Amino acid sequence: MAQAATHDHHDEHHDEHHEHLNFFQRWVMSTNHKDIGTLYLVFSLLMFFIGGSFAMVIRAELFKPGMQLVQPYFFNEMTTMHALVMIFGAVMPAFVGLGNWMIPLMVGAPDMALPRMNNLSFWILPFAFALLLSTLFLPGGGPAGGWTMYPPLSLQSASLAYVVFAVHLMGISSIMGAINIIATILNMRAPGMDLLKMPVFVWSWLITAFLLIAVMPVLAGAVTMLLTDKYFNTHFFDAAGGGDPVLFQHVFWFFGHPEVYIMILPAFGIISEIIPTFARKPIFGYKAMVFAIASIAFLSFIVWAHHMFAVGLPLGAEIFFMYATMLIAVPTGVKVFNWVATMWGGSMTFETPMLFAIAFVILFTIGGFSGLMLALVPADFQYHDTYFVVAHFHYVLVTGAIFAIIAATYYWIPKWSGHMYSEFWGKMHFWNSVIWVNVLFFPQHFLGLAGMPRRIPDYNVAFANFNMISSIGGFLFGASQLIFLGVLIHCVWFSKKKATDRVWEGARGLEWTVPSPAPHHTFAIAPVIHDEELAHGHVED
Amino acid sequence: MRAGGIGKHGIRFGAKHIVGAWGAAVLGLFGSSVEANPQPGQLNLTPGVTTYSEVPYLLNNVSLGVCVVIGILVFGAMFIAMFRFRKSAGAVAEKWSHNTTVEIIWTVIPILILITLAWLATNGLRQFSDTTGAQMTVKVTGYQWKWRYDYVDYQGKAISKVGFMSKLDDQSNATRQLNSGLDPWAVKADGEQTYLLNVDHPLVVPIHTKIRFVITADDVIHSWFVPALGWKMDAIPGVVNAAWTNINTPGIYRGQCAELCGQDHGFMPIVVKAVSQEDFAKWLASQQQPAAAPAAAATAAAPAQASVQVPAHATQG
Amino acid sequence: MGQQHDIYYVPSKSQWPIVAAVVMFLTVFGAAHWLNAEPGEAGFGKTLLLIGFIGILGMFFGWFRSVIHESMAGRYNSQVDRSFRMGMMWFIFSEVMFFGAFFGALFYVRMFSVPWLGGYGHGVLTHQFLWSDYAASWGNGGGNGPGHVGGDFETVAPWGLPLINTLILLSSSVTVTIAHHALKAGHRGKVLLFLGVTVLLGAGFLFCQAHEYAEAYKELNLTLGSGVYGCTFFMLTGFHGLHVTLGTIMLAIIWLRVLAGHFSKEHHFGFEAVAWYWHFVDVVWLGLFMFVYIL
Ligand code: HEA
Ligand code: HEA
Ligand code: CUA
Ligand SMILES: [Cu+2]
Repeated sequence: MAQAATHDHHDEHHDEHHEHLNFFQRWVMSTNHKDIGTLYLVFSLLMFFIGGSFAMVIRAELFKPGMQLVQPYFFNEMTTMHALVMIFGAVMPAFVGLGNWMIPLMVGAPDMALPRMNNLSFWILPFAFALLLSTLFLPGGGPAGGWTMYPPLSLQSASLAYVVFAVHLMGISSIMGAINIIATILNMRAPGMDLLKMPVFVWSWLITAFLLIAVMPVLAGAVTMLLTDKYFNTHFFDAAGGGDPVLFQHVFWFFGHPEVYIMILPAFGIISEIIPTFARKPIFGYKAMVFAIASIAFLSFIVWAHHMFAVGLPLGAEIFFMYATMLIAVPTGVKVFNWVATMWGGSMTFETPMLFAIAFVILFTIGGFSGLMLALVPADFQYHDTYFVVAHFHYVLVTGAIFAIIAATYYWIPKWSGHMYSEFWGKMHFWNSVIWVNVLFFPQHFLGLAGMPRRIPDYNVAFANFNMISSIGGFLFGASQLIFLGVLIHCVWFSKKKATDRVWEGARGLEWTVPSPAPHHTFAIAPVIHDEELAHGHVED
Repeated sequence: MRAGGIGKHGIRFGAKHIVGAWGAAVLGLFGSSVEANPQPGQLNLTPGVTTYSEVPYLLNNVSLGVCVVIGILVFGAMFIAMFRFRKSAGAVAEKWSHNTTVEIIWTVIPILILITLAWLATNGLRQFSDTTGAQMTVKVTGYQWKWRYDYVDYQGKAISKVGFMSKLDDQSNATRQLNSGLDPWAVKADGEQTYLLNVDHPLVVPIHTKIRFVITADDVIHSWFVPALGWKMDAIPGVVNAAWTNINTPGIYRGQCAELCGQDHGFMPIVVKAVSQEDFAKWLASQQQPAAAPAAAATAAAPAQASVQVPAHATQG
Repeated sequence: MGQQHDIYYVPSKSQWPIVAAVVMFLTVFGAAHWLNAEPGEAGFGKTLLLIGFIGILGMFFGWFRSVIHESMAGRYNSQVDRSFRMGMMWFIFSEVMFFGAFFGALFYVRMFSVPWLGGYGHGVLTHQFLWSDYAASWGNGGGNGPGHVGGDFETVAPWGLPLINTLILLSSSVTVTIAHHALKAGHRGKVLLFLGVTVLLGAGFLFCQAHEYAEAYKELNLTLGSGVYGCTFFMLTGFHGLHVTLGTIMLAIIWLRVLAGHFSKEHHFGFEAVAWYWHFVDVVWLGLFMFVYIL
């Protein structure tokens, strides 16, 4: 067995053990990647519910024509906050949490490279979101200019300074988290864990971390310019002073487009772990998979203006950004085809993580297809800022990123908690989610094609039917997530079924060689790596 | 009977509308009438009513078709795999995990498909970006939360003092107030359900005329969007964007502001009334008379300093 | 310096991260509150900002103190050292990207928005309909846009103070490198001398820049409000100046640590990190000198 000295009880090299720590010390002063990972995951779940309840307000107001529940301004606050909370509060921290938990286990490291900074990365977040969410209670109201914060509109908001500083804090947190992950992957691998033997999830995080460090500072710069334009008399975004409102959009989307891949690359990594496990067959085309992730990351830097086709760019720019955007379909296609090829010739079983992974492949691809349609400039002149776009990005974000996160949770929770979750309720959660999410978002394509703009609190009666269907799907999809909550609580505190070390028959890799639940300290002494125990250390490709 | 009423009746009526939606959906797919404005149950883009609007329509249909075919192939293969290679059906995992030939194939084929789509899209884009040879110019300015239209020139002649504000009609406006108790289905004009899609003064333009729009805004960014024309264009303060249209059929075409511009972003519709050239000439002449009155409109033809330009009073719509 | 652990040093619980999070929060919360206060309103924002700021200083002091203790106790093997190096390198990369946003803004306004407003290229209609009296140029008469925002101004001549500042920063890069070599050779006196000179050069730079700013505001009427010229000028040079300030403080601390004998010939990551940072600040300045002052 590769596992060596993974038990924590008598590890003299640590001054204190968690057994001696009180609650505050263990969770707030932690330097343990597993505890910090847990904090991230719990925080992310909380934010998912908060962001989701904002979405419920949106869907309730849009249930039928006429204004029934909220004032238009509040509706815009909900739209803005929903997106900010989901993106920066739910999806990104969830991935960081998963990375925290699993990367050291997967590469055979005793912990993250910089454990105290790791703790700081996490603890900034609750404060940042307290700051952000507190704006809803300010006299002037919260931000209501959309998560994209385009000036001059965003400069009209009284809460701009709070939002800008909250974004700064989130940025600092993400950058430190990313630095930590890069240092861990590059510096902490056990001897023998070559780069090209690492699990695809680790690769995907390595590249994602690079994207984060490259673009979060750019976002910080963009919002700083907003702040100075509002409070310090600068004119970056004012034509009268020689600036241009469109400049903000360029800077924002230089961050924003890589950001959407930050939210999907780790998901690709997760799916690339789960499918081989349940197909009992190594990932098809490992190197191609890694190369595809790298290509997507590279391309993500040169496509930003596809969000701005309608701002009146010069023709040459429209063409360049269109072609570059379309190119991304090629490496993404490679990933999709490789997942299918991994299943082909396998010996498959369909536990909950696998079900979510399969749903991911199908539904993410549908979202990718609509993305490709959006990339065609003349067509985008019709689609842009309609519900077609909303449908596109919820397919890639909800049935993409969120489904992957849920799949990862089912996949790894036995390792985290030491117990099996209830397969029956897991499947209930799956089928409810997968049905209602399509009822929720599929009709939004039709609404968009018929011309319904996004970010509106009310609409013409011609849009009534599909909005009602979408809202019903939304409520039921939201309610289905309560099942998820139930499954998690049951698994952690009430489940009687002990998890084995390997948990899944087809699971390969270092993380499955440690006991379940994973001891507080693992790999204090680097494990000896046997290639045939890795997911793809032993296969030729 | 009132359809889609308020309060507790809403859901019941709504359910009826859902049934109606699927009925209409079937009609929408197989029916023959071409609708330019949003229809209940509409499933696809409108083909539009202009010389250009076929371009996005075609591109949409072709790319959608391509995606559907690829989807059927990929998902089909996946479902076959899921049935054939189940452990419960006795499948034993193969050992291979690599095949250069297929990997090359599924890299190259998408590239070829993309080249085709890119070619189509590029041609359409070139057509759209060519605003030369326009016989008429209209200046569009976005305000929080209304539009201003100024007629700049027509058939080579500058027009002065024809311009007006265009905002949400009163009936929609009353209905859209929170808990107004009014029925959105009851908002009608000319037999159409125009809730939130009607204005006090529509933009009147002639058909069979290449019209150039110069689009800007006064306060924040808006976007001028009429689906039947086949495009939208952002209206940005301090910047002027250009677009054009050439409408084939007379009619009333409705659209909405398509860039978040504050609390009433959802309530600044656009209505374009396309009439024959003769009717347009008459209309234009009628507009030019009252402009002589003291309440003079801003001169659109002579560009003023936008930063100090005061929105003039509507002269008539 | 102590025995080397084979095992990666994972620190035990620490209060510093949570303290850091709290003081950062106080700082920005105070700042936001202050910015939003009505003029003349006695808000608590300013106080909070001050408390937070002092807290940040205290936190850095405490956190680094414990790191230095651990380092002196020999807890950090070469692998830990590598983690620190990577951390610092990627941090500097993130800083580069932060400056990139502002350089990007500068290039955009100079290459696109200002010419477009003046009617060049893509901007024909914009110029014709909105800004027909505007003749695009950079510097006075154009750099503050068609609205002539902030009024007439003069630009800072590159070959005066900015050139001196360039020379100061370049020589400070040399002196810090000499100090580094001296450290590796174990010549402590020489280290102190050259590091001290570096600190002084940094302070000299800041002094010149303060002078330049005062002159810009008082005599040239060049302010943050002078259109895009003013805001790109002050934001870029300002953020750079802030980094020089931080760098100088860090160099001064390192000087004290050399004095205290914290560094050995082989183990002096703290020194190197600050030196890297200083070189980074230097390189950014060269970009500024080129694109903000000369071109
Ligand atoms: C996880 C997040 C995520 C992901 C992965 C993507 C992926 C893609 N997105 Fe999306 N996008 C968003 C999140 C995301 N997007 C968000 C949040 C917005 C809106 C932001 C806002 O305005 O608020 C947006 C908006 C957006 C726009 C702007 C729309 C508008 O506002 O007008 C465009 C335009 O080009 C676009 C394109 C694409 C493309 C081409 C991809 C590609 O990466 C997709 C590639 C995948 C496939 C194509 C499927 C698999 C491939 C095959 C099976 C191979 C064969 C296929 C073909 C040859 C077709 N996206
Ligand atoms: C990862 C990101 C993410 C996620 C997960 C989601 C999830 C959801 N989103 Fe959102 N969304 C965005 C990112 C995301 N969204 C972005 C970026 C925008 C653009 C914003 C902008 O325009 O600026 C947007 C905008 C957006 C709109 C358009 C708003 C507008 O244009 O005005 C709508 C409308 O339907 C919507 C709906 C939903 C719904 C119903 C969900 C659901 O999936 C949520 C489901 C989750 C829950 C409901 C929470 C859990 C359950 C409970 C709390 C239990 C209680 C509930 C019940 C019993 C019903 N989202
Ligand atoms: Cu005007 Cu939205
Ligand atoms: Cu994008």
